[in-house]
Amino acid sequence: MSEQAKSAELNINDIYDEVSDWHVNAGGTKVVAKRMSGRFRRLKWFGMSVWLIFFLGPYLRWNGQQAVLFDIPNRQFNFFDITIFPQDIWMLSLTLLFFAILLAAVTSIAGRVFCGYFCFQTVWTDVFTFIETRIEGDTPQKAMKFKNAPASISKISRITLKHGLWLAIALLTGVSFAAWFTDAYQLWHDYFTLQASLVAWIVLGMFTVGTYVFAGFMREQVCFWLCPYARLQGVMYDQDTVLPAYDAERGEPRGKLKKGAVDATKGSCIDCKVCVAVCPTGIDIRKGQQEGCITCGMCIDACDSIMDKTNQPRGLIRYASYKDLHHNAQPAALYKRPRVIIYSFILMMALSGVGYGFATLSTTEFQVIHNRQPVFVQLSDGSIQNRYTLKMLNKTNENIEVEYAISGLDGATLHGIDHNVIIEPGKVIPLQALVRIPDGMLNKDLEHVTFIANVVSNPDISVQYESIFMGPK
Amino acid sequence: MADNNKNPNECPDTGHEWDGIRELTNPPPRWWTIALYLSGLLVLVYFILYPSLPLVTGNTKGILGWTQIKEYKEDLAKIEEKRAPFEDRIAALSAEEILEDDELLRYAVGSSKVLYGDNCAACHGVGGYPQPGSGYPILADDDWLYGGTVDKIIETLAKGRQGMMPAHAELLTDEEVDGLVEFVINSSNGEATEAEWKLYNEKGCVACHGADAKGIQQLGSANLADKVWRFSGEPDEIRHTILHGVNDANDPQTRVAVMPAWNEKLAVRLEAEEYGDDPEEYYEGDETERLTENEIKKLSIYVHQLGGGE
Repeated sequence: MSEQAKSAELNINDIYDEVSDWHVNAGGTKVVAKRMSGRFRRLKWFGMSVWLIFFLGPYLRWNGQQAVLFDIPNRQFNFFDITIFPQDIWMLSLTLLFFAILLAAVTSIAGRVFCGYFCFQTVWTDVFTFIETRIEGDTPQKAMKFKNAPASISKISRITLKHGLWLAIALLTGVSFAAWFTDAYQLWHDYFTLQASLVAWIVLGMFTVGTYVFAGFMREQVCFWLCPYARLQGVMYDQDTVLPAYDAERGEPRGKLKKGAVDATKGSCIDCKVCVAVCPTGIDIRKGQQEGCITCGMCIDACDSIMDKTNQPRGLIRYASYKDLHHNAQPAALYKRPRVIIYSFILMMALSGVGYGFATLSTTEFQVIHNRQPVFVQLSDGSIQNRYTLKMLNKTNENIEVEYAISGLDGATLHGIDHNVIIEPGKVIPLQALVRIPDGMLNKDLEHVTFIANVVSNPDISVQYESIFMGPK
Repeated sequence: MADNNKNPNECPDTGHEWDGIRELTNPPPRWWTIALYLSGLLVLVYFILYPSLPLVTGNTKGILGWTQIKEYKEDLAKIEEKRAPFEDRIAALSAEEILEDDELLRYAVGSSKVLYGDNCAACHGVGGYPQPGSGYPILADDDWLYGGTVDKIIETLAKGRQGMMPAHAELLTDEEVDGLVEFVINSSNGEATEAEWKLYNEKGCVACHGADAKGIQQLGSANLADKVWRFSGEPDEIRHTILHGVNDANDPQTRVAVMPAWNEKLAVRLEAEEYGDDPEEYYEGDETERLTENEIKKLSIYVHQLGGGE
């Protein structure tokens, strides 16, 4: 072997040695996270409880109707007293923008708060693993022992119980989701009497299977390999972002603690690996910031309990910024951080837009379309006639009776609408209207005419629309 | 899979090696393998259920018997089903009654848009306004050769129309033609002189266009006393109409104006009903029905609301 080949082989062996630390969790080993109580565990339960709204919200009634209802067949969104129609969809865009930027803002300040405490994947997985560890044991050893135990009635009934509970939660999730889009009480009735619509069954099926598979089996794999947010979190962090982090300066060199002996040459970390054991995604926080970390703080609880037991100060693993860990500096004040300022600005804009939308939500929408084919017609007596399509949308909850009129054009008369029009809630009634102006009364080939729609039953509602009137040059 | 993805130093290899880089025998993740086999299965299921393999003549049909055209026809049938109650009511009511029913009127107008586009717009233009100078009647104004009530429009659609004005090139002198052109222009503005009226009456125009020059709807003759021009208001064009007439078979330069019959059977029936006769006696068996009776009813309502229905 030549010298060159030998050195090449050496280099490659270096690479192989370097990657001997590789740990790619692709789901081969099931993560069985130990559950410990502590501050962050309480916080996590609290965050998770927000999802009770998802389960209970559809049953809220308001004025005899479902309080919050995404009524897709009727193309409207009912929110307590407010009804939002597709015409106001821009408010939804702003709301989505608000939450997207809120996510970015929170991430830049305190890391993946959403991932750790609110994300449905985290929450449902946590509930599912809670059930699993109660039934099969809360350490990998106990879980393995249970798995390898010979089949017995007790084992089979326990496994059945676990999957039964999982499926029950999954089914409830599916029903709850569907309940936001149709009357919740009627939906339960329809499901039990097997009369639900095909769409309702498909939604129930997809959500049941999805919940069961994602929370029961895929778990942290979703965070690792499916979730885009986990991948792009890095761009939202800066050196002032606080995250659960291991204080390597204080902890290293790590080593086992010998009873009664304080070894001055060693750091605070006693290498007990409890931080790894409690991690729901199975990572080792001591290796530094990594994609698998959902910043749930379970390792902080775990480490603090060990620090207490070994009479060392808490906070070997703690919420800390890069500046804190590496430069011993406190994070910059929020108002001095460009990201926070920009995100806050966008948040305010989006919020005020939605606020404006709600404040000025109209009860009707009135539109007049001037027909272009032909733009005008001369009648036998020489008068000029233009044709229009009048569209009135009723955004109130009751029928309205509409009376149309025109103004702003001398000599013009309205024809083609010989009686008032009744418009049902949420409906648009298009009407053909003719405007005539006698021969010689038209001064220009383009004039303006204002259409007025008065609601007879409610004098407060009167809307106008300015359109054009065209004639010969 | 964490345990399968062994440290390269420990993992067996296939024996393939390029420049010191070994090909390891780590299996792909289990879920990936399962997904691969499942997609294969999916293809198999698809081939069994749906038309797939091309054969020498035709193709495998699949056990579902699905075809695109079948799906299209099913969708069409669904629409027909939705329309059926409206169509039934349209068939049961007269056109005048439909005009009084807001909902049915909206349905008739909405569903006629395509019918109008397919059958009428080629000549009469979208919105009832033909290309200027094309010589087709405007439907969006209130000037009707044969009457502008819905029932008259139905009659026009059913039996078609072909008016006739004889060519006058051989019958009139140049001066007389000039005088009549002047008359037509002035009468449109209500300013025809007594001499011009005299000429109009003496030359026989009055026979068809009426004593007041407003036309006679039974004949379909044009109204010469209003602002709407049947062909054109330009003096040269008026002269052409007088000289060569309309639909005069003996004059090659004559203006051609023919509205085809869209439902002869209906036309025969309407005529029989008018005289209180039994239509069965009148049918000859070769009556064409280019549009159904309901379609004609809906179209006449559509035309009626274009701007000048009576």
